[in-house]
Amino acid sequence: MRIVVLVKAVPIVGNERLGDGFRVDRGSGLEPNGNDEYVLEAALKLTEAHGGEVTLLTMGPAAAADALRKGLAMGATRAVHVSDEALAGSCARATAEVLAAALRRLEYDLAFAGADTSDGQGGIVAAAIAARLGLPYLSYAAHIEPGADGATVRVHRLSPAGYDVLEAPMPALVMGTQVLGEPRYPSLRGIMQARGKETLTWSLADLGIDPARVGAAAATTRVLTAAPPPPRAGATIIRDAPDVAVERIVDFLAARSLV
Amino acid sequence: MTVAPGEPGALTPEESLLRDMARDFAERELAPGAAERDEAERFDRALFDRMGELGFTAAPFPESIGGAGFSYRAWTLAMEEVARADMAMAIALSVHVLSQYPVHTWGSDEQRARWLPAMLAGEALGAFALTEPHAGSDAAAIRTRATRVGPAAAPDGYRLDGTKSWISNAPEADRYLVFATLDPGLGRDGITAFLVEKGMPGFRPGRHERKMGIRACPASELIFEGCEVAVANRLGGEGEGYRIALSALGEGRISIAAACTGLAQAALEVGARYLTERVAFGVPLAEQQGLRFVLAEMAQQVAAARALTRAAAAAKDRGEPIAEASSLAKWTASDAAMRVTTDAVQLLGAAGYSRENPVERYMRDAKGAQIYEGTNQIHRLIVAEHVLARVSGS
Repeated sequence: MRIVVLVKAVPIVGNERLGDGFRVDRGSGLEPNGNDEYVLEAALKLTEAHGGEVTLLTMGPAAAADALRKGLAMGATRAVHVSDEALAGSCARATAEVLAAALRRLEYDLAFAGADTSDGQGGIVAAAIAARLGLPYLSYAAHIEPGADGATVRVHRLSPAGYDVLEAPMPALVMGTQVLGEPRYPSLRGIMQARGKETLTWSLADLGIDPARVGAAAATTRVLTAAPPPPRAGATIIRDAPDVAVERIVDFLAARSLV
Repeated sequence: MTVAPGEPGALTPEESLLRDMARDFAERELAPGAAERDEAERFDRALFDRMGELGFTAAPFPESIGGAGFSYRAWTLAMEEVARADMAMAIALSVHVLSQYPVHTWGSDEQRARWLPAMLAGEALGAFALTEPHAGSDAAAIRTRATRVGPAAAPDGYRLDGTKSWISNAPEADRYLVFATLDPGLGRDGITAFLVEKGMPGFRPGRHERKMGIRACPASELIFEGCEVAVANRLGGEGEGYRIALSALGEGRISIAAACTGLAQAALEVGARYLTERVAFGVPLAEQQGLRFVLAEMAQQVAAARALTRAAAAAKDRGEPIAEASSLAKWTASDAAMRVTTDAVQLLGAAGYSRENPVERYMRDAKGAQIYEGTNQIHRLIVAEHVLARVSGS
């Protein structure tokens, strides 16, 4: 089973900074998007159980290499890094176009994406890629398994009532949730082995994409303004001994009919 | 994460990943139960096993023998993060790694193949048995006897008799590096090293050591009563034990220095957070200049400890002698840990004195490090000896 995992290199959560034009500064200090680590974990477990290999695919600046290195240390086989100065400021539409072009150049049975990213939080790129490539799109997966015939994939999709079981022919694109299970820590040996793994770097020219179609100038959306959320006011911090604290918290919730 | 104060330079990408992974693991897996394990004096073998699976137990050994292949400098980064969450586990891990070094360095191919794989994997826990009730800093004065069995020129084996004390990781450990003397009259030239396994007849744990700190790192006496050890389990030659012990202690001291840096870092962070949260006389404590001075001095101590630790580790990675550098690092870092943890208790006041908060544990955990792996007085002697040797040109 060949699985491509889409990974976005995002600023380390809590250290996000905005640059010019309210753009997230992604120049340094990047890590794999948290949700993407969950689908990577699912991909690694599937290939460990059924054979195959995992390829990481990212579009991002040079610093995205750090995020790829962690994914390789966790156990991915190789990484593909789409990097081109013309990509800076690309909108979700352009990102989907570039990643779809990269996927066309790869052989795979499944492509995985996390539910959304901690910086952009658009949550639409995966669906847009599936639409461009005409792939079945299985979203909000809580469990992923190969179908009985080896040509299909089956997922449990979270629903308000529990989950739906979906099946689709491969290749398919699965968008996963954190219910898939905690990502592993990269092992120490994995960190060292990652040094010897292959990372392919592709430019827009490699993908046959006209630079005029991507980047800030071609963006179909524009951030007009951005502001930090207002500070939360009136937090009550309870520092009593546990028995007293429990009583006060229960009283607080009961007063609001929450328990 | 940015480079910490005192870090002498940028980290390699692998060092950076190791540090982040170690911090993530330590915060999520080690920190939550550390207080409970301390209270119960409980060593959690399952947690240690987990560290073995992830490769912590093999970190600074070459890939050619099954190690993870990290530099010693990288190892100090990992130790610092483990100790920042749980000093007791850091010391158990440090002792485990320390007990492998002599086998790696002095063992025959057969001994390395037999002894190391399970230890590198963390499946067999190691201990280093040098100290005795009457021989701490004066290690050459050990009395545990190794008596040849069979002809003196070509013995069939050795019989061990005596008592070891303060052996960290005992009685949980599976594999012990034991130092005994063929003849106390020979002083350091009689000392010989042996590989001893749990369960060997004539070898049993003695009294549990009731410690002030690092209570979740086990320690006990070891009692040898006619324990027969094959020649194949003698590490190095007869009389080489003292050199073997000293060579491992250099590495161990750097590792302890790294752990102390992590412990001090933890106390610094708790202290700093408290100063911003606690309000007195209408303003946060952080507005009091006198307390800012205390906090700054704590940060100074941590940075100095880190700098000397990394310098000693880098010297080891370059293959240079590490006696002086490791003594400077261990002495400085353990004193820093003692001072910074004590200051943190003072900053937190009554909250710091309470077992509901971690800093009193940090303070108890720091004290031992001024004593074990060579007391800080011994380290002063080692440093002075090197300084004087340079002056006299010898």
